[in-house]
Amino acid sequence: MTEEKTHHPEPSYLVDTGKYKGLMAWLTSTDHKRIGLMYMYAMMIFFSVGVILGVVMRIELFFPGEQIYGPQMYNGLFTLHGIIMIFTVVIPGLAAVFGNFSMPIMIGAKDVAFPRLNLFSFYLYVLGAAIALSSQFMGNGPPDTGWTFYAPYSIQTHTNVVAAVFGAFVLGFSSILTGLNFIVTMHRMRAPGMTFFKMPLFPWSLYATAWIQVLATPIVGITLLMIIAERWLRIGFFDPALGGDPVLYQHLFWIYSHPAVYIMILPAMGVITEIIPTFAQRRVYGYKAIAISSLAIASVGYFVWAHHMYTSGMSTTARWVFSLLTFLVAVPSAIKVFNWVTTMYKGSISMRPPFLFALGFIFLFMIGGMTGLSLGALATNVHVHDTAYVVAHFHYIVFGGVGFAFFAAIYYWYPKMYGRMYNFKMANWSFVFLFSGFNLLYFPQFIIGIMGMPRRYFDYLPQFTLGQQLSFFGAVLLVIGFVIMLITLFSKKGEKAPDNPWGGRTFEWGVPSPPPVENFEVMPELAENEGPYDYK
Amino acid sequence: MEHRDDIGAKLGMWVFIFTEILLFGGLFLVYAIMRNNYSKEFHEAAHHLNAFIGTINTVVLLLSSATVAMSITAVQKGNNKLAVILLFATLVCAAVFMVNKYFEWGHKIHIGLYPGSDLMMTLSHGQVMFFSLYYFMTGLHMFHLVVGGIILTIVMIKVNSGAINTGKYVLLENGGLYWHLVDLIWIFLFPLLYLIT
Ligand code: HEM
Ligand SMILES: [Cu+2]
Repeated sequence: MTEEKTHHPEPSYLVDTGKYKGLMAWLTSTDHKRIGLMYMYAMMIFFSVGVILGVVMRIELFFPGEQIYGPQMYNGLFTLHGIIMIFTVVIPGLAAVFGNFSMPIMIGAKDVAFPRLNLFSFYLYVLGAAIALSSQFMGNGPPDTGWTFYAPYSIQTHTNVVAAVFGAFVLGFSSILTGLNFIVTMHRMRAPGMTFFKMPLFPWSLYATAWIQVLATPIVGITLLMIIAERWLRIGFFDPALGGDPVLYQHLFWIYSHPAVYIMILPAMGVITEIIPTFAQRRVYGYKAIAISSLAIASVGYFVWAHHMYTSGMSTTARWVFSLLTFLVAVPSAIKVFNWVTTMYKGSISMRPPFLFALGFIFLFMIGGMTGLSLGALATNVHVHDTAYVVAHFHYIVFGGVGFAFFAAIYYWYPKMYGRMYNFKMANWSFVFLFSGFNLLYFPQFIIGIMGMPRRYFDYLPQFTLGQQLSFFGAVLLVIGFVIMLITLFSKKGEKAPDNPWGGRTFEWGVPSPPPVENFEVMPELAENEGPYDYK
Repeated sequence: MEHRDDIGAKLGMWVFIFTEILLFGGLFLVYAIMRNNYSKEFHEAAHHLNAFIGTINTVVLLLSSATVAMSITAVQKGNNKLAVILLFATLVCAAVFMVNKYFEWGHKIHIGLYPGSDLMMTLSHGQVMFFSLYYFMTGLHMFHLVVGGIILTIVMIKVNSGAINTGKYVLLENGGLYWHLVDLIWIFLFPLLYLIT
């Protein structure tokens, strides 16, 4: 561990020292911390757009029947909402923002292994997002396939599917290069004395994530290229009218897109694993179990994809095998929850905003996870497949899980990022609104889903009205919470943050807030008897 | 920030190669499934491919992999001149491959056998699938060959200028690795498309 320093002679990374100043200095910077922040700003913008689209859908759903727009517009909205939220927010997500900002410091490195490649990934991200969004304004109108681009409809629709698909392809490429960069960084640049099993657990989760990014993303890449080829050249891969096989498309799509769920959630779990020991001032319970469960989730998570396809036409054998594997992959996730809770036991807990969000995460993730099991079971799945139940389930995972972990991570590392504190009271209020709004928004969807409310419908039967309206009010609360959070973080400068405001033990808390360009004045080391979480 | 790590750079290239293999892996999977669904049609359609040109191209690519490997040894021994010649030979092989492909594709397109053509629409689904996969897989492979060629051209210029030398040649090694990948993929494409009839 680096010792306390009272003077900070090195300029912080927020000060422009290169040949450019201002915006250009950021856009040309290969500093992992700046790249992390740039991802964060971009994602906040996309997230806000996605939220607005979600609210616009909820407004239409306030009463049954057509209110302000019709089915085509609704189809376009949920497609764009899904594409933005999935491909530009939660898939790059915590890995791109906090993997970049925190991970190199946490393992004692000056930067990632390939800093220029890292900047290139960021530009690919921006480019991919721009291409995907251009689908809204060019060609024959916004795509209406849903973010899953299921064939044969994605082949037959006249809307501008190609741009959206190609955007997703480019975004995938960006994700692969980030994964590659992180793998090499963690293999080659750990501090002296930091063996793999002394690496903090957020980097561990990123390591598992990176392998999924590298090994699963190319499958969807090639699949998306096949969609484009099929639309342009009438090559009949997937459209039965051209001799293709639509179920094959679903397999190829989910071979990536199920593991993609772990690309989203593993870094989120990693962040929670950092926050809980810090605020409980306790050593992580079962370090190795958490590290290995990340790898277990990543590897078993490869082989469960067809649980999205129980109703699409598969042999009974295939169905029960995939169902069994789905139940198996829940085990390592449950191990993590168990370890988090056990870490808190007998700890001296301080209820700071990051910890509050981490608790929120555990609660929401458990609901998401358990309902996931009921979806993984064959008999119940057939009943609730493609209903609002599924909508509620995946929002509990991607929003309640990844989203809340994202908020927790911002509140956790914000003092390190900007060298400033924020108002805890406001932050707590943002939690109250976000958490209650979230549950009010999505819990009713479980119920109307079981009652039979289908997914991706702009209209519904009168018996679902109450549920849909509760959801609307939940969305309002949620948006208020989000706005409070933005105000808390970005409206005015807080007081100066100390280097280690939370009493954390990982390397990033041993460097100045904000860190100098090369992170460390003295390169850190771990002694023989030191671990990453030596609390007590 | 000067930071050099050759092992890291090579590790990065290997990881990238895994990605590429899975990219083609998706296509091989589609091939396997379609071959299973339409084995008779695949059998008939494969007769239309020219195994002779295919064989020549295989030999040419294998040769090019050998010359790349030799150029690395040459640089290690400090013989940059020889390395440049060997890299140039590699690029010539790549060009020969492309010319052969040009004639092969050109002939098929000439007789109207290409995705979306009228002739294609009269064939059975299985045959269309075969030719579509043929164009898609060899096309994607060709794209990789061109990228590999560009990388090796840059490498060659650097070897020539001495920027790549006995003490520092990881870029050449990585270029070589990538080239072997291009070769390897062809080694699988060749029997699947040309030989299994
Ligand atoms: C205020 C926040 C949000 C609201 C009000 C909202 C609302 C909605 C609504 C109404 C739908 C359409 C359901 C249907 O008719 O099938 C939907 C779909 C979806 N949402 Fe959200 N959502 C929000 C946040 C998020 C977040 C944070 C994510 C991911 C990180 C997300 C991911 C998705 C996805 C992937 C779909 C499916 C799109 C499709 O069917 O193709 N949403 N959301
Ligand atoms: Cu899944």
